[in-house]
Amino acid sequence: MQGLITFLCGTLFAAGLVLSGMTLPAKIIGFLDIFGEWDPTLAFVMGGAVMVHLGFHQLFKKRERPLLASEFHLPDRTEIDYKLLGGSAIFGIGWGLGGFCPGPGIVSVVSTSPESILFFVGMLVGILFYHLIVALYKIPEAG
Amino acid sequence: MVNSPFFLPLVGGMLIGLSASILYACNGRIAGISGILGRLVRKKPNPQWRILFLAGLLAGGVLFLFLTPEQFIIEVQRSVIVFLMAGTFVGFGTQLANGCTSGHGVCGLSRLSLRSLLATLTFMSTAIMTVWFINNFWEGKI
Repeated sequence: MQGLITFLCGTLFAAGLVLSGMTLPAKIIGFLDIFGEWDPTLAFVMGGAVMVHLGFHQLFKKRERPLLASEFHLPDRTEIDYKLLGGSAIFGIGWGLGGFCPGPGIVSVVSTSPESILFFVGMLVGILFYHLIVALYKIPEAG
Repeated sequence: MVNSPFFLPLVGGMLIGLSASILYACNGRIAGISGILGRLVRKKPNPQWRILFLAGLLAGGVLFLFLTPEQFIIEVQRSVIVFLMAGTFVGFGTQLANGCTSGHGVCGLSRLSLRSLLATLTFMSTAIMTVWFINNFWEGKI
């Protein structure tokens, strides 16, 4: 049951990404072009998502465990450090370059467009490269 | 209202929020895509749920590729090789930051996380700056 729900959540998430326009780099870049020809419509994507999810968390706050699983798996990092800010800065540059972030970068692969495939491959390379560096230099990291 | 350009982004966003809410309510997991992919790649424990979620993402992608193929058309002034570089920055940066637009931007903000607020403000800023840079120094195409 948990497995089916997880799978369906993935499908629902993809539906949201595609319908909202997040799989269209042109739309993302238009949204980021606030000093040029700004297309603000994608603001409603994060807005709509947070509206629903924040509301959900407010209602769900008091629970000690999920409905099906045995525990919540929450992130445990608390520091505001170079990893958070530097990493976010680098991610943002990539997002502005290609117009894809991770979710759309995965979903768009089904189109088999060369752009989406190269982005996805690049993303895997970036992920692996990061963790290779962490392992080689034994950089302390959480999670 | 349905014809407004804000309608589909809003509905799509709400579906994303709903997906994250159901995942958390039922399975106690955070719908942060960079984390799901990253931890799967690192072979962290309990990969099953990550595999299932990603499979669902891809299945949804295939479904909508048939329903709404126009949502997959790439129409940007970027040479194909730029996407490889972009992906590398996104992959590397999201691992370092431990989150992305869904992890920090949706889930983190919804949990009122200061870390996520700062992460989101940061990646939004550099993304905007990057687009500005490309528009003003490369005439919008690289």
